[in-house]
Amino acid sequence: MDFIAIFSIFILACFVGYFVVWSVTPALHTPLMSVTNAISSVIIVGALIASAAAGSPLSKWLGLAAVVMASINIFGGFAVTGRMLAMYKKKER
Amino acid sequence: MHELAPINPWVALAYLVSGVFFILALRGLSSPASARRGNRFGMAGMAIAVVTTLVTHELANPVEVLGAIAIGAVIGIVMARKIAMTAMPQLVAAFHSLVGLAAVAVAAAAYLNPGAFGIADELGQIFTVSRVEMGLGVAIGAITFSGSVIAFLKLNGNMSGAPIMLPLRHLINLGTLAAILGLIGYFLTDQSGWVFWTITGLSFLIGFLLIIPIGGADMPVVVSMLNSYSGWAAAAMGFTLSNTAMIITGALVGSSGAILSYIMCRAMNRSFISVIAGGFGADTSSAGGAAKEQRPWKPGSADDAAFLMSQADNVIIVPGYGMAVAQAQHALREMADLLKKEGVNVKYAIHPVAGRMPGHMNVLLAEANVPYDEVFELEDINNEFAQCDVAFVIGANDVTNPAAKTDKTSPIYGMPVLDVEKAKTVLFVKRSMGGVGYAGVDNDVFYMDQTMMLLGDAKKMADDIVKALSGSGH
Repeated sequence: MDFIAIFSIFILACFVGYFVVWSVTPALHTPLMSVTNAISSVIIVGALIASAAAGSPLSKWLGLAAVVMASINIFGGFAVTGRMLAMYKKKER
Repeated sequence: MHELAPINPWVALAYLVSGVFFILALRGLSSPASARRGNRFGMAGMAIAVVTTLVTHELANPVEVLGAIAIGAVIGIVMARKIAMTAMPQLVAAFHSLVGLAAVAVAAAAYLNPGAFGIADELGQIFTVSRVEMGLGVAIGAITFSGSVIAFLKLNGNMSGAPIMLPLRHLINLGTLAAILGLIGYFLTDQSGWVFWTITGLSFLIGFLLIIPIGGADMPVVVSMLNSYSGWAAAAMGFTLSNTAMIITGALVGSSGAILSYIMCRAMNRSFISVIAGGFGADTSSAGGAAKEQRPWKPGSADDAAFLMSQADNVIIVPGYGMAVAQAQHALREMADLLKKEGVNVKYAIHPVAGRMPGHMNVLLAEANVPYDEVFELEDINNEFAQCDVAFVIGANDVTNPAAKTDKTSPIYGMPVLDVEKAKTVLFVKRSMGGVGYAGVDNDVFYMDQTMMLLGDAKKMADDIVKALSGSGH
């Protein structure tokens, strides 16, 4: 994909982010932060590519280290978000 | 444009679906009812991205890769299970630092082995566009990492929350930033190792320098800001890899953190620039010292409070971080339950900076089983204080100070506050009359005729009120 195509996706996604985040209720701003944390670890894609590639051993180990760090974030982020969201309950009537 | 290796359209489509799922994950958070479904969308999006990468790249050693994922999964899940809800800001700061460091590691791996990422020609020369993206990615990642480590240490109490002010710090910071940008420019013409590693090193340094002068009171803004940076780091790496999932996510997270920083700044009436410039909370001893004449105030007991509230029709509880520090939220909820049994209408009013990070107080109340439909944000409940019989302030101070509306000389002037002074009676739980809030200003509410000061530990006071309420009647 050429740069302009990717850049267009990026700019449009910024607008989507702007509108979606403003519609998040303030009561859920902490789960918002923990879930954005988890999804920003999609950077694991780059880490997997680096750790899978042959060639540079240092590059491979950096990739593996990044896989560990990103996995902590992914599993930890989704788990703690789930734990928080499970606590939000409506009034019992 | 450089000729990139052709991308399998199905793979590109899979990453796009993953990006859309992440949008749906955030969309779900518009209400607590749909939020859990949103979280599942997020997990599904992540699974799609990871599986797509694994099946389209030949794994040199699958055991190592799956082992690394398993190690991370165990550590992450254990941390998520064990963490106390009051410690959420530290956890989030720690997670941000990991995103930052992972971005640095990926950028470094891409620099060392550009062929594997398809960003170099046959001679090993990295494409110009990729150099910009890589340089920015490693810089933002490194700033996110070292900044988040400092934020973590300050929030976790390993490091004093007081700002550390280096002499000439603005000059040092601007100089370092200029050097980083200059080196990224130079990186376009020269891809030697020293350029790349100096960019990395200076970025670690600037992240550290940027956060040490910022005081504890401004940490909600800092955590939100680092959230934003971690997103931009992911986006920069997404450009390097031409990966739509990473770019969409980076843009979402980047805007999310930026909006949260804005909301927190607005709630404290601080400009973003002044937060970044740092130093707030350094001179609490001098501020407000002039207005320290003794004024009469009315003390009260737990029994008085229990009586007043059980006779009321409407009670609004205003919890602050002091309540959470004293672990009084469960006792507070019990008190509210007993009042509701007496037919009192109980609501909670939350100031945006009531906790240590955006939305923190809501989580703490939810943990104590307070139903979320009894909890209201400042702008939704502020006009109800005029009709309420009792405002019960516990562990909050600055966010109720009417000086923010009237006194132009006050350090908190202009900050949105909860109008507790309009309530018929104000019950103010406070440790002692001596201490003042973060901003170091006296609060006129203490000395009003309709105010009763309940001095003592927040948890003990709430427990005593519970005892008095369950003793009376029935």
